[in-house]
Amino acid sequence: MNPMSKIVRTITKFTYGIIIIFGLYIIVHGHLTPGGGFQGGAVTASAFALLLISYGNLTTDKFLKKDLFSFLESCGLTLFITLAFLGLGLTFFYNFLANSGGWFGNISAVGINPGDLNTGGVVPLMNIAVGLEVLSGLGLIVLVMAAAMEFTKKKENL
Amino acid sequence: MKTKKIIFGIAFLLFFSFILVSALQMRPFGEPVFSEMDDYFIAHAQQETGTNNVVTSIVFDYRGFDTLGEATVLFTAICAIIALFREVTR
Amino acid sequence: MISNFPFIAVIIFISLGIYTLLFKKNLIKIAIGLCLIENGANLFLIALGYKKEAVAPIYTLAPAGQAMVLPTPQALTLTSIVIGLATTALVLSVAMMVYKHYGTLDTDEVRRLRG
Repeated sequence: MNPMSKIVRTITKFTYGIIIIFGLYIIVHGHLTPGGGFQGGAVTASAFALLLISYGNLTTDKFLKKDLFSFLESCGLTLFITLAFLGLGLTFFYNFLANSGGWFGNISAVGINPGDLNTGGVVPLMNIAVGLEVLSGLGLIVLVMAAAMEFTKKKENL
Repeated sequence: MKTKKIIFGIAFLLFFSFILVSALQMRPFGEPVFSEMDDYFIAHAQQETGTNNVVTSIVFDYRGFDTLGEATVLFTAICAIIALFREVTR
Repeated sequence: MISNFPFIAVIIFISLGIYTLLFKKNLIKIAIGLCLIENGANLFLIALGYKKEAVAPIYTLAPAGQAMVLPTPQALTLTSIVIGLATTALVLSVAMMVYKHYGTLDTDEVRRLRG
């Protein structure tokens, strides 16, 4: 895949960091504003797709490794299942950190209020786990299908 | 081959008229009939879960089991795509 | 009848998707038809949960004294969108491998199983 022109490469160098930070902001503030794990992960994966299109296939393989993405995806799903099993005292998927005073355990005010980041119990941790899984999973799809593009071409008659 | 297209055309017209009639007879847009479960969720989500976002508390706390199934489906589909292209990424 | 317009848009989506699945031969067009049916189903789920003159179901800095839209269909649609994306990626990957083995994407040519 050929890289695009000089103007596109320069603008990509400025904006891919902003897109990644915006996606992580949507993931972490999932319990206060619209958003959450799935939406923020999709936004962050579009930054990787932007890098892949503007720099070409062979250059992007040097600084986005597929093994690291695969490891992060497995970490995300394992963390999600571990958080589900930790509340097994009462039921599966029990929110054992809500309104308890520990980590993420402030009591939330009832009614319309500007939000407090420290509330929510186990919901922000699950947002981070699912966001990590979706981010690396979608980046992995895009990278693998672009690397297989050369492999599935029809052989021309020589 | 012509008879196959004629049979497909008749079946498609039958299906389209069926769902057109059922869409014109639906209840008016904007007046839900059964909403007791959602009224409970809107009234009690802040004091039971502690989040301001009712949709996120439904996805991860009240109905977290569906999210577990969906994370598994996503993971399995990505595993299948990597396994299909295994000779490329060696 | 004009007040039911979201439901009429849903049936236009679904019938266009089924038309593409039945009458087209190229594998990429069949994948597009599958994606159209999935998007029509997601739109139907969200259009079922609307209340008149209501706002989004979020308590952070919401406008005061208004009812809220039902939040459960929105939670189910999130799941459905992610599953649809994974299915479309898998169908396109299989289409790539079919092109490598047979040299063509026409479904009339790829019927014979080659050993």
